[in-house]
Amino acid sequence: MILTAITLGFILEKVILVSIILGGSLGIAMYSTWAERKVAAVMQDRRGPNRAGPFGLFQPLADGLKLFMKEEIIPTLSNKFLFILGPSLAMLMACMTSAVIPWGPNIVHADGSVFTLQVADINIGILFIFGVVSLGVYGIMLGSWASNNKYSLLSGLRAAAQAVSYELAMGLSLIALVMMSGSLSMREIVEQQHGFWDNGYFTWNFFKQPLAFIIFIVCSFAELNRAPFDLSECESELVGGYHTEFSSMKLGFYLFAEYINMFITSIILSSLFFGGYNYPGMDWVALHVSPLFVSIIGVLVLLGKAVAFILFFMFIRWTLPRFRYDQLMDLGWKSLIPLALFNMLVTGAIILAFQK
Amino acid sequence: MPYTNISTKAKQVDRRPMNFMERIYLPAIAKGLKITLGHIFQPKATINYPEVTRPFSSTFRGLHILNRDEEGREKCTACGLCALSCPAEAITMESAERKTGEEHLYKEEKYAAQYEINMLRCIFCGLCEEACPKDAIYLTQTFAPSNYDRKGFIYKKDDLLIPHPSSKN
Repeated sequence: MILTAITLGFILEKVILVSIILGGSLGIAMYSTWAERKVAAVMQDRRGPNRAGPFGLFQPLADGLKLFMKEEIIPTLSNKFLFILGPSLAMLMACMTSAVIPWGPNIVHADGSVFTLQVADINIGILFIFGVVSLGVYGIMLGSWASNNKYSLLSGLRAAAQAVSYELAMGLSLIALVMMSGSLSMREIVEQQHGFWDNGYFTWNFFKQPLAFIIFIVCSFAELNRAPFDLSECESELVGGYHTEFSSMKLGFYLFAEYINMFITSIILSSLFFGGYNYPGMDWVALHVSPLFVSIIGVLVLLGKAVAFILFFMFIRWTLPRFRYDQLMDLGWKSLIPLALFNMLVTGAIILAFQK
Repeated sequence: MPYTNISTKAKQVDRRPMNFMERIYLPAIAKGLKITLGHIFQPKATINYPEVTRPFSSTFRGLHILNRDEEGREKCTACGLCALSCPAEAITMESAERKTGEEHLYKEEKYAAQYEINMLRCIFCGLCEEACPKDAIYLTQTFAPSNYDRKGFIYKKDDLLIPHPSSKN
């Protein structure tokens, strides 16, 4: 980023973009709670929320209002500072990941100025995401420790161990991808998957790195603390897990952070493996309709892919039983990490072979 | 002869170690997803209750009513047979004698001054209906609506009597 480019217009542009992204992801997280309940319902032959508004669409608003109105309880024996810091950190980290995601192709104005649909195109985007995601687990850890509750503490332990184990496999699976793309910048990686079909090859990374995709998606389930890896909040053993002692909006923050994380993870999954904002026939649109439409459709396509992933996350949650703790660790350390290493080796060999 | 049929019906749990296909989980996950996805298109078990009600059988025994005859006179004579037959002891009543000038109100010389059914005790067996010699009490197709306190479930005579035939509703 060139320093001189930071003008008032630039700042305004970014502020608007950030507000739209934050508002959008909050809105999507809100309706994810509705969708989760609807998905759970239809899979269990029920109807789900259908009282508040048409199809129960006002249910998230009612839930939010309820959370705001609830009495806020801070346990006497808790560490008050960390108790408040926990949910705040979880929420903050959930929102921060969205900064490096390219939401759509650049919009080129008539006067030649470029409007990038990305808050910050840093050249280590993937590293940034990993850093923020691993900070996210601090929210759970601090909150659970500060609660001064044995169930919360156990849950925090599990969350931390799980995050450490699976982040390793996640990173290793992405190394293969990064070796192919030769860049850590999110925009670069997405740009390389331009279109859908190119000279007899699929451009999307999923078709080049299916194994990495499987490892990555399994790890993201674990990172999100979602079923079947939701050991840190398993109701059947740990009451409410790390948010046992939390009430009112602090509880809301934890629950909300989970859904924002799910949305962002879906976006990352679609950006890294399913072409992000790229879609078949985008060159045709650019040629025959308008370059602006390429961007608009691109954003919608990215959101569509993300929604598909969110639905997939939900389908999995309501399909699979929870893993046992030792099974979880077995899967992480004994299966996914060797598999990721193997994938790395094969990718490296193929790249070497093609270079000659 | 075995005491139970467990020995014939019980299925031995397969304790063999998982083979490779089972250990990679993915085929099993796909199988599970197929089941849950199939359920999306199945008919819902839930009924949209206030808008749609479950159809009752024609012999459904719901809330009680106290009957009147064609001229609108109460049929009940407070004989107490319903209270006697009630296995849940949900019915209490107090009888009174009909005075001159009340012939248009009560069909016979004796009538129920008080008549109460405790809907929380009632088991809706319908024995009161069968015991009644005057066809005065019947069980209808509706069931007791919810209430905030117990008192609301003790139905007085006014709650149970059907409207007078001359009244508009």
